[in-house]
Amino acid sequence: MSAELALEVKNLKKYFRLDRRRTLKAVDDVSFTVGKGEVLGIVGESGCGKTTVGRTIARLYTPTSGSIIFDGKDITSAKESELLWFRRKLQMIFQDPYASLDPRMTVSEIIGEPLDVHRLATGKERAERINHLLSIVGLSPEHASRFPHEFSGGQRQRIGIARALAVDPEFIIADEPISSLDVSIQAQIVNLLTRLQEERGLSFIFIAHDLSMVRHISHRVGVMYVGKMVEIAGSEEIYKHPLNPYTKALMSANPIPDPDIEKGRTRLTLPGEVPSPINPLPGCRFAGRCPQAMERCKHEDPELKEVEPGHWVSCFLY
Amino acid sequence: METAIEGKAFAPSSGEAPLLSIEDLQVSFYTYAGEVHAVRGVSYSVKKGSSLAVVGESGCGKTVTVQSVMRLIPTPPGRIKGGRIIFKGKDILALSEKEMQSVRGKEIGMIFQDPMTGLNPTMNVGSQIVEAIVKHQRVDKATAWEKAVKMLEMVEIPNPKVRALQYPHQYSGGMRQRAMIAMALACEPDLLIADEPTTSLDVTIQSQILDLLLELQERLGMTIIIITHNLGVVARLANEIVVMYAGKVVEQGTSSQIFYRPLHPYTHALLRSVPRLDRKTRTALASIPGTPPDLFVPPKGCAFAPRCPRAMKVCLEADAFPMELEKEHQVSCWLYHESNPRAAMELEKGGVAIER
Repeated sequence: MSAELALEVKNLKKYFRLDRRRTLKAVDDVSFTVGKGEVLGIVGESGCGKTTVGRTIARLYTPTSGSIIFDGKDITSAKESELLWFRRKLQMIFQDPYASLDPRMTVSEIIGEPLDVHRLATGKERAERINHLLSIVGLSPEHASRFPHEFSGGQRQRIGIARALAVDPEFIIADEPISSLDVSIQAQIVNLLTRLQEERGLSFIFIAHDLSMVRHISHRVGVMYVGKMVEIAGSEEIYKHPLNPYTKALMSANPIPDPDIEKGRTRLTLPGEVPSPINPLPGCRFAGRCPQAMERCKHEDPELKEVEPGHWVSCFLY
Repeated sequence: METAIEGKAFAPSSGEAPLLSIEDLQVSFYTYAGEVHAVRGVSYSVKKGSSLAVVGESGCGKTVTVQSVMRLIPTPPGRIKGGRIIFKGKDILALSEKEMQSVRGKEIGMIFQDPMTGLNPTMNVGSQIVEAIVKHQRVDKATAWEKAVKMLEMVEIPNPKVRALQYPHQYSGGMRQRAMIAMALACEPDLLIADEPTTSLDVTIQSQILDLLLELQERLGMTIIIITHNLGVVARLANEIVVMYAGKVVEQGTSSQIFYRPLHPYTHALLRSVPRLDRKTRTALASIPGTPPDLFVPPKGCAFAPRCPRAMKVCLEADAFPMELEKEHQVSCWLYHESNPRAAMELEKGGVAIER
């Protein structure tokens, strides 16, 4: 990790207009940074906007407002034709390895496509690079001529990773890359991602709903709730000293695979359910379920503040 | 080594007769590609009032086993090829469909991963619960409706009187799961089978549902079989655990035995492959190389042998049988067989229990 920033996101908003009266505020004023060689985990429940954040940064969506500074350059409103360099530097790994690979393409076509788009290799060199990428992710050259349906979920995710690595990116956004996989296969993929990240000094955003997994692979963790970033801290810090009541509840809801610890834990169970991001009420989004909500929380929106070095929280308690 | 190694087949631990016992169950599916041996001789039992968790990865046969208990295996393509399922003294597999209908719902309730598969989208939730009550109990509609509302209240659905008149699409995911639980419990079954009941839910909602199940179990003295791949959920809910792999039970025991003294190398690897909130981050997870075997052609020996770091020659030749190594703790692994000169030492080592 260096102090140099790979990515700076400032006041990012992504709204989806549903009809004349309703707007879905998927990401609503989110700011954070990712250092070079750093892994930032983003965790939250369904509908919190974590996927939209990832996709907006990758410019699969055009932001509603705010700015995205990648490697010192503002790419917020760059045209697609100006983004080719950016697409080579930032790659995505998707959740569903069944939907994200074209079933009519062979593995070598899937992995070779980015090489063609960015004109990185042709002929013999191209074939060699494909084989090399396959071996990096733990597949073998004879897999190159096969189709995605011939592979298991874990192997498909490996193909997706090889494709992302084909252009030699500096930054990877992985959106729930393991949640459709079995436990023992999850560990394989997580170990692979961690190893690649370290070996290549990649910057990384790892998006998932499983807090223990996110914490495991990240240097820092950001917690989102209904379009807002409610807390960001180092992954040890966020477990030991969670500040936002939502982070505490999330931590408490996450069962630990150890019966003695589990049975002895005092649990903070949240009442109610996650509110809708469509036309959200004013005030803190969590106020309706928060055990420590105050009058102020219902009217004012707390801002994300640095309360201790490196520990950011948006909550009026601090 | 000889394939036919005789050993004492395990006898269920003494004490009162279990509420449900599955004995050497075999289920296959006949597909165009051939026969899938989904369940290959599964035996486990659950005592009254206990909560048993069945863990294993997709395709290990954990769901097919409980679907057989409910006699919900689609036939064809599925077929129960052998074994017995004894529930309260009667063999479920010998019952007629009509007799089975009075077991389903009344004596055994079931909840599914996706609550929408268990709820009818064209009927309001109250009527669906009433339907379940009227089917098994001699009560009039008005009493049944009252009871339905009471059930919704018991599973903590806010405003149950109004909610009973609403349709499943007007419920959120967590509330649908609560409604399913209400329906499954409406006839006060002796056994509740929950197949991945929280897998599709967010973690804060999962926590609410687990609280509810624990509380209901305590209050109603209900017996629960929960199927899940989430070891955290298992730690919170279960007092007995069955670990399945490739259509067989590889280990079973009490919750502390499985978590703190896992004996089968698969159990051991499974426990160490999940990250924990209370652990140091960015250390390598113990991963299991390879993938589970193809159940079209089940292996001759132990199904886990090709991925097992402790595999021996015998493991590829013949499958181990369940051996009871301590009270209520059975494991199917050659490491612990008396013909292994190091067996006693292996047991002493206790797998390699999770470091605490």
